[in-house]
Amino acid sequence: MKPAEYYMRDRQHHAPALTPEYKTSVTRSPQYALLSLENSLSEITGPVFSHNDIDALDNDLIKNYTHGGDPIGERIIVHGRVLDENARPVPNTMVEIWQANAGGRYRHKKDTYLAPIDPNFGGCGRTMTDADGYYFFRTVKPGAYPWRNWVNNWRPAHIHVSVFGAAFAQRLITQLYFEGDPLIAKCPIVQTVPDAEAIDQMVAKLDLNATIPLDSIAYRFDIVLRGRRSTLFENRLEGN
Amino acid sequence: MPYLKETPSQTAGPYVHIGLAPKAAGFDIFKQELGWDIAGPNAKGERIRIEGCVYDGTGAPIKDVLLEAWQANAQGHYAHPEDGREVEDDFRGWGRVITDFDTGLWGFETVKPGATKGRNGSTQAPHINLWIVARGINLGLNTRLYFDDCDNSADPVLNLIEQVHRRQTLIATRHVSDEGVTYRFDIHIQGADETVFLDI
Repeated sequence: MKPAEYYMRDRQHHAPALTPEYKTSVTRSPQYALLSLENSLSEITGPVFSHNDIDALDNDLIKNYTHGGDPIGERIIVHGRVLDENARPVPNTMVEIWQANAGGRYRHKKDTYLAPIDPNFGGCGRTMTDADGYYFFRTVKPGAYPWRNWVNNWRPAHIHVSVFGAAFAQRLITQLYFEGDPLIAKCPIVQTVPDAEAIDQMVAKLDLNATIPLDSIAYRFDIVLRGRRSTLFENRLEGN
Repeated sequence: MPYLKETPSQTAGPYVHIGLAPKAAGFDIFKQELGWDIAGPNAKGERIRIEGCVYDGTGAPIKDVLLEAWQANAQGHYAHPEDGREVEDDFRGWGRVITDFDTGLWGFETVKPGATKGRNGSTQAPHINLWIVARGINLGLNTRLYFDDCDNSADPVLNLIEQVHRRQTLIATRHVSDEGVTYRFDIHIQGADETVFLDI
């Protein structure tokens, strides 16, 4: 494909920078307008990864930090496709995840929640999408946990998801929630996103067909990155 | 039109290190953490260090921030098929950096990039593209780092910044010591010195 621009990011589909109910955003949100750029080579390129960068077990959070046993918790598969806004697959791109354990505790020296660390659970994984943009992880379902915002805030069960895409302009970090969780509607972080359909895009759906009977429940989570134009207009990216 | 919509962004949260820099979270899981070596051993050009702090609207350093850098090599080539020009073996041009949890200082080593192609035949002054995520940042912030010892006067992006004095917020300052060349680049998320952030 000839170099072409990515579609403008629809900022009305994302959370604004300043979302006072999510208190930390108040002092961490720019107040001046962003400078809008047309894409140059700096934005339509981005890091390229290969299978040499990762290990085969990196997408299996049930086994990738085992210290002699499996982690406690509901065994799940999270799978789906990385697509762009034209519904084209994004192949060979890195997907990274991190999460709390089944009790809602992160393996992080800054997490002091009372729920215990699980000796067999690290809580991070990574994989590359295949030629069809498909990816999967095996893990345990994370627990909800309290956090300091209002005095009684609970994060819905969630998995953090980081995706690169093919260009720095497509770089994205989001969070995956689970269908049917009543905490989704109560969470000030989820609710920073203004649009109900947009929030629904972050909710993984129970996928019984992909469930492994007597073993693991599956959730489907497709990720959409910015799409790009297929044609160049007179305003060319490069001067040739 | 049946276009899909981009998945909304959410904050990387305070535990971003677990996923993207697990050693900093306090444990060792992957054989190889990504993004610690931006330029690789074979890259030509001047070896430099870049360091700084990211400050919040009260002026306090943000200690749980994560930055990613994306840059061309010393010849101005990006390691990407849509640039298509050669780069040195093991030059990826991408890095990931976190702060010291006590001070908020971050730093990384790389080579100084060359000028890159801009739009419509223009040339972009040497720069490093930065992406900043943290707790409290709902959608990653993009900015650029330029160098104070380069001629930035014709750069098409800097010249788009209407308030001329704000262009300085994207320019790193060079310091030379016995340990080598260090550029200082502080980022102010908010306030009178707010860094210019980009909607790319």
